[in-house]
Amino acid sequence: MATETLTLGKALNLGLRRALEQDPKVIIMGEDVGKLGGVFRITDGLQKDFGENRIIDTPLAESGIIGTAVGLAIRGYRPICEIQFDGFVYPAYDQIVSQVAKMHYRSQGKVKLPIVIRIPYGGGIGAVEHHSESPEAYFSHTAGLKVVSCASPQDAYSMIQQSVLSDDPIVFLEPKRRYYEKGPVDVDAPLADAYPLHATRLVRAGRDATVLAYGPMVRTALDAATAAEEDGRDLEVFDLRSLSPLDLRPVYDSVRRTGRCVVVHEAPGNLGLGSELAARITEECFYSLEAPVLRVTGYDTPYPAARVEEDYLPTLDRVLDGVDRTFGW
Amino acid sequence: MARGDGGATARGKRAAPRAAKPGAKSTGDPNLVQLLTPDGDRIDSATGPDGTEYRVDFTDEEYRGLYRDLVLVRKLDAEATALQRQGELGIWASLLGQEAAQVGSGRALRTQDMAFPTYREHGVLYCRGIDPIMPLGLFRGVDQGGWDPNEFKFNMYTIVIGAQTLHATGYAMGISMDGKIGGDEGEAVIAYFGDGATSQGDVNEAFVWSGVFNSPIVFFCQNNQYAISEPLERQTRVPLYQRAAGFGFPGVRVDGNDVLATYAVTRNALDNARNGQGPTLIEAYTYRMGAHTTTDDPTRYRIASEVEAWRAKDPLARMKAFLEKQQIADESFFADIDEQAKRESLHLRERVLAMPDPEPLTLFDHVYAHGSPLLDAEREQAARYLESFEGSAH
Repeated sequence: MATETLTLGKALNLGLRRALEQDPKVIIMGEDVGKLGGVFRITDGLQKDFGENRIIDTPLAESGIIGTAVGLAIRGYRPICEIQFDGFVYPAYDQIVSQVAKMHYRSQGKVKLPIVIRIPYGGGIGAVEHHSESPEAYFSHTAGLKVVSCASPQDAYSMIQQSVLSDDPIVFLEPKRRYYEKGPVDVDAPLADAYPLHATRLVRAGRDATVLAYGPMVRTALDAATAAEEDGRDLEVFDLRSLSPLDLRPVYDSVRRTGRCVVVHEAPGNLGLGSELAARITEECFYSLEAPVLRVTGYDTPYPAARVEEDYLPTLDRVLDGVDRTFGW
Repeated sequence: MARGDGGATARGKRAAPRAAKPGAKSTGDPNLVQLLTPDGDRIDSATGPDGTEYRVDFTDEEYRGLYRDLVLVRKLDAEATALQRQGELGIWASLLGQEAAQVGSGRALRTQDMAFPTYREHGVLYCRGIDPIMPLGLFRGVDQGGWDPNEFKFNMYTIVIGAQTLHATGYAMGISMDGKIGGDEGEAVIAYFGDGATSQGDVNEAFVWSGVFNSPIVFFCQNNQYAISEPLERQTRVPLYQRAAGFGFPGVRVDGNDVLATYAVTRNALDNARNGQGPTLIEAYTYRMGAHTTTDDPTRYRIASEVEAWRAKDPLARMKAFLEKQQIADESFFADIDEQAKRESLHLRERVLAMPDPEPLTLFDHVYAHGSPLLDAEREQAARYLESFEGSAH
């Protein structure tokens, strides 16, 4: 077993490389993915090794990136599309929700679209407008799409490969503020042994309350759990990993034990993923709950100017405040 | 239904082209490729805006086959319209008036070529040898119109305007990446869309993409003059075929009511594409004689004299006049074709009426290739609900 310490970004790069090596039909397409290696360098060095026919620098047109990927997939390719930033995915929204999501259904299973749409998402990097958004609810609401987000280098490495192997189209959300955080990655373990793509993972066991997070907020939730220890509270933290479909069985078990649940995400709260989680947990765990399922989320504003984004984003302290509220019920 | 025997793609011995009528002239527009006048007179050859010369050399049997295609396509379309009026289809998008554009281009395709239609390409679908019942499930509401695009080399109908042009472009990129350019096995793609679609971002992105990747694709715009109620003037200030120049590939306008010219221009563009010369934009200048769909009322936005002027350019009438003038077909031939069309449309009607509604729980099928626990749970819940009714068959 060869475990290396890699950043999340480098783990993605290595995972993409593995996928390209495994199947000549896997291609990467997007803006600046070739010579530059992507604005975050996630595709760094891939064009040099796999050529311009497999790492394709496209015209600057997001609908075109996704729409042509549909045709390539019909032809038998497995395109990985890079959308440069979260806020730039909207020009491709129609192709994603009306075509990518529905063609398998429309064709009664005869057309498979194994397309991965990679989106660096979320805030916390001091960027200008349209560079820090969390569009997961739009895509999770659309049947036919699957939506996942990685939070650790190990998951980044395996989940990107699993997504490429999937015959379902997958929106792959990359927590851009975590690109440079390091962690151990077992680079030689067989992919078949990796944690399942659409499974929630327990990342910290605890007794007193359940905290749900995904993507960039997993780190924040874990930090909050560490801080909560000082208050004598033992938090159980889950990384959802798969936002659609959700895997909530371990969460239900947890909430039935703890009786308390706090959901954390960066996206605005209104009709966000937290709403769905709160509703489902309430339906399943109603008689076990000591307090309503609470949400700690971004506010229902457009993503704000960088100098106030720390006020907008759920921070460690805001998560702890949510935990306090659930105990104060 | 199999394609008509003696279709224009049959590889028979080609006779010399029928002599053009001395002095036969096109409509007078130098930028409209035409090989058959509205009066049914042959024009020996026509020159496109870039100097390309277009001609066809069909055998008599092939000419008759093209006419048969036109009649059958029109008749089947009329049957679908009637079915809608009788409440058997929820809606229908008629191709009336556009038969020549669709049959001409459809017959120009080789077996290995791939077509990406809108929702009105019933004539192209017929030319691909696909059972004409297949799209009717979509309009009857018993399925989503799904078939296997790779089996028939004809993609599913696309409702969102222009979206399929990008799919076609990606598919064409795949042809290049597969090295299927040139030679007998060379492949090409044709993307169908209307004049309204040229305003869409996707169509323009498809033009950009295909231009810069020099993809083997033919963009086939059926300019039927109206996007529902909006006339061409609401879409463009320049002739549509001229837009191609801005994207770096040739554009040509063809008389879309002339099946011979449409065939010639499309075949040439497809050959150029498959031989590595990149895309072409074809503007088939035609007219939608009926409504946009059966929910539309064109009398609100078109004047009768305009419709009548186009009726004089009817694609079937001119082909029939040609066959008669050149003595390629006689009365019994025309009577036989009409009889065949009646039979096939009746057969279509019977099968449409026999199309069963899908079982309710099938609505959960094929949402995902690998399934979803959420959906499984909903399916079980729906099944229990249905079973809760007394005497339920579920």
